[in-house]
Amino acid sequence: MNNRFNAFDLSHYWDLIVVLTSKELKVRYKNNVLGYVWSVANPLAYALVFYIAFKVIMRFNMDNYAIFLITGLFPWQSFANSVGAAPEVFVGNASLIKKICFPRSSVVLAIVIQDIIHLTLSLPVIALFLLLFGSSPSLSWLYGVPVLLLIHALMTFGVALAVATTSLFFRDMGKITGIIINLMFFFTPIMYAIDTIPAEFRPFVNLNPLTPLMANWRNLLLNGYIDSTLLLLSMVYAVIAFLVGNALYRRLSWRFAEVL
Amino acid sequence: MSEPVIVFLGVSKSYPLYHHMGGNLKHFLFNLPNALKLMSKSRFSVLEDISFSVNRGETFGIIGRNGAGKSTTLGLIAGVLKPSKGSIEVRERVSPLLELGSGFHPELTGRENIELNGVLLGLSRAEVLDKMDDIISFSEIGEYIDQPIRTYSSGTMARLGFSVVAHLDPKLMLIDEVLAVGDLAFQDKCMKKMQNFKENHVTMVLVSHSPETVETVCDRVMWIDNHRVRMLGEPKEVVAAFKEAMH
Repeated sequence: MNNRFNAFDLSHYWDLIVVLTSKELKVRYKNNVLGYVWSVANPLAYALVFYIAFKVIMRFNMDNYAIFLITGLFPWQSFANSVGAAPEVFVGNASLIKKICFPRSSVVLAIVIQDIIHLTLSLPVIALFLLLFGSSPSLSWLYGVPVLLLIHALMTFGVALAVATTSLFFRDMGKITGIIINLMFFFTPIMYAIDTIPAEFRPFVNLNPLTPLMANWRNLLLNGYIDSTLLLLSMVYAVIAFLVGNALYRRLSWRFAEVL
Repeated sequence: MSEPVIVFLGVSKSYPLYHHMGGNLKHFLFNLPNALKLMSKSRFSVLEDISFSVNRGETFGIIGRNGAGKSTTLGLIAGVLKPSKGSIEVRERVSPLLELGSGFHPELTGRENIELNGVLLGLSRAEVLDKMDDIISFSEIGEYIDQPIRTYSSGTMARLGFSVVAHLDPKLMLIDEVLAVGDLAFQDKCMKKMQNFKENHVTMVLVSHSPETVETVCDRVMWIDNHRVRMLGEPKEVVAAFKEAMH
């Protein structure tokens, strides 16, 4: 391998992450207040749609379905946004990748961090809805949120890096990713609870790598606790996602400039 | 002053023909045996057995037809490409002069883009912020520096790009056909700046279609033809031979 390419300078990587993330944030929130409003409007709109479809029309029998949806949809959207953006990340920076030798993974990480920051900034909105519906945020958020954010970040970065890397070699990855994200949304307990799944399928639900993390997000945000088995499982999945993404990236990054 | 900064030894570069896979996963999976065979066999050669070295402080020109492998050579020097064969040594930080506006984000202001671009080019944030004022004044953009860059004209954008690279203390500059930036007065300023680099022993590698530019600016010129070094030496002689071959 070309040693200059793998030369890793942590302080420079940090600077890269800072400028790239602040670029993403500035672009996203460029109309400051309005940018923030639009960013939280999307998961809220989904919550509204599902609420009308399942609670109002199909008479789903669940109490507090509105905040149930909200506490599931925000973490999901954060994951889906990063992974959905991943196929375009390297292609969109083609001119840089073809000319400058910088650690390419930084552009993916910046997108993930940006969505993580946004998820954090959405917490007051979630808390507001909890209060509105007669519930309240729990003190356990103080330690639970950072822990879940860390696992969430690792998982999202691994998946996004894998998607971004492979989509350079297969240009239809963008479409495939969109379809898979949609499928995963319905296979992950976001708009339904795990215990509404028929008993014969329930043993398989944790085979979906996203289930433990997303279930714990809801446990924490809605009920103020973290399930330790699910926590451990989500950590394992996150580490696997990171290792796979990183391995793909390491094997293929030197060919990025060739295929762009 | 004759210490080599870039050394190419028997460098070959060939690409697998990725287009054969149809560039998409569906096609790749449905033709898996064929696709794998094609990937390992058919390669497309761009450079064959190239050897040369560039000394510190030298202005080195590369000429050749379209598709001769000039840009690939720059990519190899920059380290974004890996040679298929041979060895490459580069002993300085490389500062590529980017194409118009690439590496800039249209929604960010000029100032924010300078920071982004500088860090991407390998400097630390502190270093870039240090030189911010010099960059802004050299670019002559004035108060527009705090406007989003999408409002800039292409000439202004090019001026900003050159100003960033020129002020980031380059040691080894790669210049790919981008000298024609801005108005005449600014071009003049660029040429002066490059003269200045030359006096400060900044190494420059210049790729151009225009034999005239290469002849006036460069100390030595390499002519790449048919993936190989056809000629390497005094600008006058190489350019003359190149011109003759073109007619």
